[in-house]
Amino acid sequence: MSPKKNNFVGFLKTIPKNIFSGFVVSLIALPLGLGLAMASDAPPIAGIITAIVGGVLVSILGGSHVTITGPGNGMVGVLLVAITTLGLESAYAAIICSGVLVIILGFLRLGKLANFFPSSAIQGMLAAIGLIILAKQFHIMLAHRITEEDTLDYLLKIPFTINDAMHYTKPGLIYAAIIGVISFGIMLFYSKIRNKYLQLIPAPMWIVILSIGFSYYFEFIVHEKNPIDTSYMISGIPDIQTIIAELPIIDFSKIGEPTFWASVIALTLIASIESLLSIKAVDKLDPQKRRSNVNRDLKALGLASVGSGFLGGLNVVTVIARSSVNVNNGGSNRSSNFFHALFLVIFIVLFSTQLQRIPLPALMAILVYTGYKLASPDTVRKIFSIGKEQLIIFFVTLFVTLKVGLITGITSGVVVTLIIHIILNKGVSLFARNLLKPNVLMYEEGFGNYYVSVKHFCSFLNFYKLKENLDAIPENQDVIVDFSLCEFVDHTVMESLHDYQELFTKRDGHFEVVGLDMHDTDSKHPFALRRLLPVPNLIKNNLTKRQATIEELAKDYELKYSAKKEKETHFLDHFLFFRTKKINHIYNQLSNSDGNMSLFDIEFSEGEFIAKEVVRSTMLHINLEQQIPEFTLDREGFLERVYAFAGFKDIPIQEHSDFSRRFFLLGEDEAGIKKFFNDDLIHFFESNPYYHVESNGSSLLVFGKERLASIKEIKVLFDFGKRLKQVNS
Amino acid sequence: MALKPFKTIGIGVTFSPNLKANIYEASRLSFMFQSKLVLIHVGEKTSEKESEFQNILEPFLTQGLNYEIVFKPGNPVDVILSISDNKHVDLLILGALQRENFLKYYVGSIARKITRQAKCSVLLLIKPAAERIPCQHIVVNGLKDPKTKQTIDTAFYVAHQLKSGRITIVEEINQDEVDVRVDDDKSMRKATIVKERIKLRETSRIKEIIENIPVEHTTDITIKSQAIFGKQGYSIGHYAQIVRADLLVMNAPSKMTFWDRLFPHDIEHILTELPTDVLLIQ
Repeated sequence: MSPKKNNFVGFLKTIPKNIFSGFVVSLIALPLGLGLAMASDAPPIAGIITAIVGGVLVSILGGSHVTITGPGNGMVGVLLVAITTLGLESAYAAIICSGVLVIILGFLRLGKLANFFPSSAIQGMLAAIGLIILAKQFHIMLAHRITEEDTLDYLLKIPFTINDAMHYTKPGLIYAAIIGVISFGIMLFYSKIRNKYLQLIPAPMWIVILSIGFSYYFEFIVHEKNPIDTSYMISGIPDIQTIIAELPIIDFSKIGEPTFWASVIALTLIASIESLLSIKAVDKLDPQKRRSNVNRDLKALGLASVGSGFLGGLNVVTVIARSSVNVNNGGSNRSSNFFHALFLVIFIVLFSTQLQRIPLPALMAILVYTGYKLASPDTVRKIFSIGKEQLIIFFVTLFVTLKVGLITGITSGVVVTLIIHIILNKGVSLFARNLLKPNVLMYEEGFGNYYVSVKHFCSFLNFYKLKENLDAIPENQDVIVDFSLCEFVDHTVMESLHDYQELFTKRDGHFEVVGLDMHDTDSKHPFALRRLLPVPNLIKNNLTKRQATIEELAKDYELKYSAKKEKETHFLDHFLFFRTKKINHIYNQLSNSDGNMSLFDIEFSEGEFIAKEVVRSTMLHINLEQQIPEFTLDREGFLERVYAFAGFKDIPIQEHSDFSRRFFLLGEDEAGIKKFFNDDLIHFFESNPYYHVESNGSSLLVFGKERLASIKEIKVLFDFGKRLKQVNS
Repeated sequence: MALKPFKTIGIGVTFSPNLKANIYEASRLSFMFQSKLVLIHVGEKTSEKESEFQNILEPFLTQGLNYEIVFKPGNPVDVILSISDNKHVDLLILGALQRENFLKYYVGSIARKITRQAKCSVLLLIKPAAERIPCQHIVVNGLKDPKTKQTIDTAFYVAHQLKSGRITIVEEINQDEVDVRVDDDKSMRKATIVKERIKLRETSRIKEIIENIPVEHTTDITIKSQAIFGKQGYSIGHYAQIVRADLLVMNAPSKMTFWDRLFPHDIEHILTELPTDVLLIQ
């Protein structure tokens, strides 16, 4: 372990990068905060207060590393109910109480709470929350404000709203609806456009900038009033003095009423589940592979909620989309969360009047997109592929949540799951008899080799026992989980085990699940069975035109070609480029006869949730015989200058100023890299097309654009690789 | 405490389908331990019953089995316990029941009561068989407990008599002893270090016990020790099941109260779910 002082110096060094990523995150947090607060019927500024209080407190006291905290989209549904039934002032009291409960959960070490819910029920609940957000805000996005009883009515009215929007006569409404549709389009197509400069500003901020620009255009250039109907403009954003001067009145008088406590419990439950799920997902993205202290984080989040409630904010939760943006922009510790809060303060201080120029439909378009992402048809498809019974759980939870409420919804999901499990096992005896038994045995077989055996059954009811044991194993070790003594394994467990598998592989460990072969022949275990053996794709030999041409090319160049999707991509994990990205699979693999050069199409994703972008690209991987320093080489551009500003250092190569000007060279071992980049190599790079070249010490990764390469580009790339290898040897 | 060899073996017999297998197992064990066999039958003495027992014992009698049949009517638990006392039985054999349709065994209510109250060692057999199944692998607990030394001594004695080739001593370490909760990387490192230290300590403790065992009992036996972090009394059964041990040797239960039965721990788990033959050393 390094001494404390070094840690502090290291921390200081990361500050610039974290300021930068905090800034980018604040760009997305500002519109989302406003929108989420408005969707919950709270004053828009409440969302910003939440993010600021959360960012400051959780960054100081929290136990996670790269998470961002603020108002959460899952909270919209419950907050809406709390505010409409209790009134805003009592709702603040409920928020404060739920914050206290979350602190208690943290002290009781109930960070494992999220594991007690079946994953399909959680999916159903999230989808319901998505629909709640989408259904209500869709109408405002099209400048058609209506009031209905419940979410289903709002959903059913969507076609009428679209029809009405086509026939607007008032120009104010037409403009508002057009702004809404354009904003939605920006959210939808933003991730499809891979332009570095465009991507520097997150999509929600583009919407804010464009709509504010639109209003200034009319004011200063056309000299007209903003054509958007004033009732569809954001209103009631106080300036900083008013926020400080007028703290909200908090009304604790309803504390004796059952409705108050129903709201408190719903808020607590959803806040903690959303936070825990987000922390789990963000930990997977952390490039430094740290493990978050969830219980400590819960305490910090609870405290932040209490503070936020007193200042007129909402519940503070960990949010996934903003956290993933943070990771992608180089956030490396909690200080980025702090800086995100700081930038929000600056925005409010400097631009609170400008914010009033944002039209509501633009803001609501962002929310509609968020809601759509939560309830997207992809989720349903994914759940269906796991099993029909999961779909039942999903839809029961979804409908009960929409019709009755979140707590009843998630409870019904749990009950339905339990009933299905009992039916599948033809009786309760398996569960009743073994529920309380310590059914997991874990021991170290040899050095760094752990064996975990599970008995009886393993489902969401007792998964925490297995989880406790798995969490105690360092992720760089070998683990075997044996289910041969286990009669029943449910989908929630299989899914979580899959997550563990990913985690261990990413951290150079090995995680294997064995003993489920018997379950296949048994056919008593459809969950396990379907999770394990997804129906193999029978229609495999249908190659696309591109694939057929690649196959031809392989014959021409005497290469091996395989169109199969290859999930085993561990050899790529050590490249800097993939540190914050998740590789889905590689396919269309071309490799030469000795197997040290391979070219493949790759699908990877960066970010999570609404910030998630799936990218397909073509890359070349070269195995080297000798060790070389680790480095990253790319063309110099505006973006790199920004990154350089944020603390990434470009290594200059003496006597090759042209090369240094045109290329951006990154790496830890500066002396080694300078030695490695000799004249031959520099001339080679100078006289060839630009590629992103990366070394992980023993192999090279070369690729051009972040999209699939054409056949011609494939040839050029392969040739480039061949010659690079020659220069190198 | 000195090692108590099994001089007298007792077995409760009733007329069940398992009768022959039970008597065969008991007789074989008597030969192996060179001990006297006491058949305890709860009920009136009749000549038919006696002759039937004799019939089953026939093949062993020709080899010179030293035996005695005791008949006594009354409450089975009391009868078996009192006779074991009177006849100075050192090892009492009880049969387990099989859960319908499952390859799972448990101890019936009468046998369970006897197990809890017996003053001698108890052997719970899951699958008595007329044919001998060799006992190759013995798992024994290495709990930090005053009784453990004698249990391990006896396990080696039994292994020697039954000619088992392998003994695994399992140190069950309670999670509470680690006293570090794994929350993040830092606490994980700390927990790993603490566990490593406890493991070393336990292993050296076990080593000391083994060194004091008579050499003739330890020769030709592969000795392994394994540390397990888990629920005491339960994890060892789970372990025995995984490694397919033929016999599990454990400390006999200490005093049992009503609460122990309501919130099962230690031995109670094993009784509801026998992983293999279990020998409880008193």
